Amino acid sequence: MLARRIIPCLDVKDGKVVKGIQFRNHEIIGDIVPLAQKYAEAGADELVFYDITASSDGRVVDKSWVSRIAEVIDIPFCVAGGIKSAADAKEILMMGADKISINSPALQDPELITRLADIFGQQCIVVGIDSFYNKEANAGKGEYQVYQFTGDEKRTQQTGWTTFDWIEKVVSLGAGEIVLNCMNQDGVRQGYDIVQLKQARAVCNVPLIASGGAGTMEHFSDVYQQADVDGALAASVFHKGVIAIKELKNYLKAQRIEVRPC
Amino acid sequence: MTKEVSAGMNVIVDTGCANLASVKFAVERLGYQVTITDNIELIQQADKVILPGVGSAKHAMANINAKNLVSVLQKLTQPVLGFCLGMQLMTESSTEGNKSSTEGKSDGLVPCLNLIPTKVEPLKSQGNRLPHMGWNTLRKISDHPVLKGISEGDYFYFVHSFAAPISEYTIASCEYGSTFSAAIAKDNFIGCQFHPERSSALGSKIIQNFLELGPQELANL
Repeated sequence: MLARRIIPCLDVKDGKVVKGIQFRNHEIIGDIVPLAQKYAEAGADELVFYDITASSDGRVVDKSWVSRIAEVIDIPFCVAGGIKSAADAKEILMMGADKISINSPALQDPELITRLADIFGQQCIVVGIDSFYNKEANAGKGEYQVYQFTGDEKRTQQTGWTTFDWIEKVVSLGAGEIVLNCMNQDGVRQGYDIVQLKQARAVCNVPLIASGGAGTMEHFSDVYQQADVDGALAASVFHKGVIAIKELKNYLKAQRIEVRPC
Repeated sequence: MTKEVSAGMNVIVDTGCANLASVKFAVERLGYQVTITDNIELIQQADKVILPGVGSAKHAMANINAKNLVSVLQKLTQPVLGFCLGMQLMTESSTEGNKSSTEGKSDGLVPCLNLIPTKVEPLKSQGNRLPHMGWNTLRKISDHPVLKGISEGDYFYFVHSFAAPISEYTIASCEYGSTFSAAIAKDNFIGCQFHPERSSALGSKIIQNFLELGPQELANL
């Protein structure tokens, strides 16, 4: 059976893994290659590297770390951040990444998704969506809304899209996978947004990855069992050692959730 | 180490697809040297040939045609291992065109290398989400030398929407809505639908088995 995926996410700045404190004052956690290797060996099913260097000021960003990761790890990995064109995507994929993830550039130019899927194949085009629940919207009934430029606090802004419309749109354009980052939950560690992810699941017929809110092992079993997501992404619980992947997989297996043994 | 067994040259055929580096790194992690090339002589003289691929069959076959490699690959007698799309290219034909990934449907038959007489068709996932992406288990594993040490229930990393059906050439199967060929083989040609280069220790084991194949091992099957 197809296993549910557990996906640690690492923020990368200037080739180092960092931890942001309120979007600023990035603290270096460590060198990217040994950390990637550590997670691969610990039983992660896939890794996501979010390059936060890339989103700033348009300068040429050194991506050679992608190749250094590809050299050492033997599980799939995805690179997000700063990919705005087919040329950017090609550079990352040629260095050995298995997938690329686009977010704000897809909102600027939705057809980019189709162009990338046609060149590189649907399977390696992931669309990241930053979704915020605005309880005042929709005449006070509340609405999930898509935000962009969330990597930079000053530029973060609402788009005209509701989350579920945007999911349907990007799937119709050729996205091979969706990572839904539920902003209200991000960093709070109170659990994934099951209500939102269930609705997303209903309109998403490609793999769906939950992001934002993981704090305990129960949160993982809840999101797989209740929202039927294909994978769950998390950062701080893994980086801070709150949850060990092996222990998590044993727990999920005991809950009769299909996982790949470590 | 057993590197002497494969002291000759290993090549990865440059199909113009994007995952060449990952395949090269996977071979190098095992301590072997490998060259990425589209040079006809180098491919003909190689001890072992790896045919990788991601993307669409139509794009990849167009690249192979443009590089005049069709008959070169068809005449190879040394062991050849195809990964994912590389496996699909070993078959007679694929219904995976390149029209547009958005339509989810094929736009015609792409003639492939016809090394293993089976045909690649849309994966009958019976409502399961496509692409079939992630770690899935192998079933019904034959005693093919490339699968030495691999057991039923072992997980491998798959990413695909098209597949070869079960046939006499199937050496391992996988189930996702329906049962399809996870690996196929005929004579010196072997193909894996999954990505050994991204399938952790067990994927490396398959690559190692392939690189360590003796000259007569496939002939005796």
